[in-house]
Amino acid sequence: MSEYVIIGNGTAAAGCIEGIRSIDSEGKITLISKEKYKVYSRPLISYLLEGKTDVERMKYRGEDFYEKNNVSFFPGISATKIDADKKEISLDNEEKISYDKICVSTGSSPFVPPFEGLDSVQKKFSFMTLDDALSLKEAINPESRVLIVGAGLIGLKCAEGIKDLVKEITVCDLADRILSSILDAECAGIMQKHLEENGIKFLLSDSATKFESNKAYMKSGKEVEFDVLVLAIGVRANISLVKNIEGEVNRGIVVNTKMETSVKDIYAAGDCSEGYDASIGGNRVLAILPNAYMQGFCAGVNMAGGEKEFSNAIPMNSIGFFGLHVMTAGCYDGECFEEKREGVLKRFFVKDNKLIGYMLIGETDRAGIYTSMIREKVPLDTVDFELLRKVATTFAFSNENRRKKFGGVV
Amino acid sequence: MKRVYVNEEWCLGCHLCEYNCAFANLGLKDMADALKGKKIFPRIHVEGDEKISYGVSCRHCEDPMCIKSCIAGAISKENGVVTIDRSKCVGCLTCVLVCPYGALAPSEEGTMQKCELCVKNSCGEPACVTGCPNKAIVYEERG
Repeated sequence: MSEYVIIGNGTAAAGCIEGIRSIDSEGKITLISKEKYKVYSRPLISYLLEGKTDVERMKYRGEDFYEKNNVSFFPGISATKIDADKKEISLDNEEKISYDKICVSTGSSPFVPPFEGLDSVQKKFSFMTLDDALSLKEAINPESRVLIVGAGLIGLKCAEGIKDLVKEITVCDLADRILSSILDAECAGIMQKHLEENGIKFLLSDSATKFESNKAYMKSGKEVEFDVLVLAIGVRANISLVKNIEGEVNRGIVVNTKMETSVKDIYAAGDCSEGYDASIGGNRVLAILPNAYMQGFCAGVNMAGGEKEFSNAIPMNSIGFFGLHVMTAGCYDGECFEEKREGVLKRFFVKDNKLIGYMLIGETDRAGIYTSMIREKVPLDTVDFELLRKVATTFAFSNENRRKKFGGVV
Repeated sequence: MKRVYVNEEWCLGCHLCEYNCAFANLGLKDMADALKGKKIFPRIHVEGDEKISYGVSCRHCEDPMCIKSCIAGAISKENGVVTIDRSKCVGCLTCVLVCPYGALAPSEEGTMQKCELCVKNSCGEPACVTGCPNKAIVYEERG
């Protein structure tokens, strides 16, 4: 009987369990979880503060998930070392466990640059985990002035989540625009305006250089007084377990399309891994939830002796703030086609007769049709692209393609 | 398993399926009271032009992208039917981002909804199928 060990307990781990069990119903699965909670939906922590969900409904899988899948769950335990020769994992409770196959799904950790005076700030938080969210909630009150460092997905979701619970929110970022990893200047400008209309203040092309208890000294010379500080600058993949045994790592743990690392019988999945991104034709960390699940599932199938490749991953994001939604996918390194109406901006990027990326703001209905065109590399001369730019509809596809999509089991 | 299929050749583009769907899922007695003068939120929508039209609803895929992508773990498969637990949904629209058929849309409350083959309401058989005047929408087993 095979012994599978999964290190980390996020979405990739859940995918891995389901992947293993799709092939092997007998093997022993051990799940090592640093957090004490059963798997929950990490991206929901801002919705928790906003009151749109609660800890119970945030559970990613049902209460009986581990029992049903016959998983030995080790909460509150970290793996400290892998011995690939002895096939043994050391845990921080001094125990050792043996393995046949490992999936490393250790996620990422907040990156905090060495700010001068950061130690003098009493109420400072990251915004990655359920515990982060719960402690932030404890620290804020209706009189709180909050400074968020980082105008990326995490910082802004945090801002939305606590908006009605605090007095004032200022978000600063070194970049000249918000959501700079997924939006161009014009799209970011539209969203920024919307966020400002909802009471969020911004200091862009600017960041804190020094802290003095409740005051941040900015690069621009400005000073910002705050009661609570949230650091959402960026994340770093947790790669040390594999790096320490000389497995190939870069920004993440390098995996092939089967999720195998360079070390035999060790797989990696989710935010800690650096896998194939079909939109750039190379490896990169794609820290998005769908990717984590699919990588985890793929790893699980292969660990259990099945055959699976995950070779069409692309970056894609759906994110909304105060009712305005943005969707993006693929890469933007192509000819741009634009569709602009009151309150709507859509940008499509085309290269070699294929849609390779898009940015949509204000109108996102049925955007998955565009996403599938990128993933399936649909030749644009086989569709009515002019119609598609106006509205996402399968009517723009050829009769044959439509028959395939709607005529049978897919 | 039985799924909903649409014959483009027979679809009149009358949009009745949209009304029957919206009505079936409201759980009200009188169709006029339920829908008249109101914006409807059906789980099937008609696409096309004056010449060709067809209704689109969830394909209940073998390997659904929406389930794998849902950030809340709110979508699952029950007896082959792709189902949303709307109490868990936060309306992030990631399912819309990934569904290749455009089969999910927000409900009136903002949480997502999709065709669940009328298994959760009292229809027994999909309302879009039973109400289609030209039998363009069928509920059958195909390979």
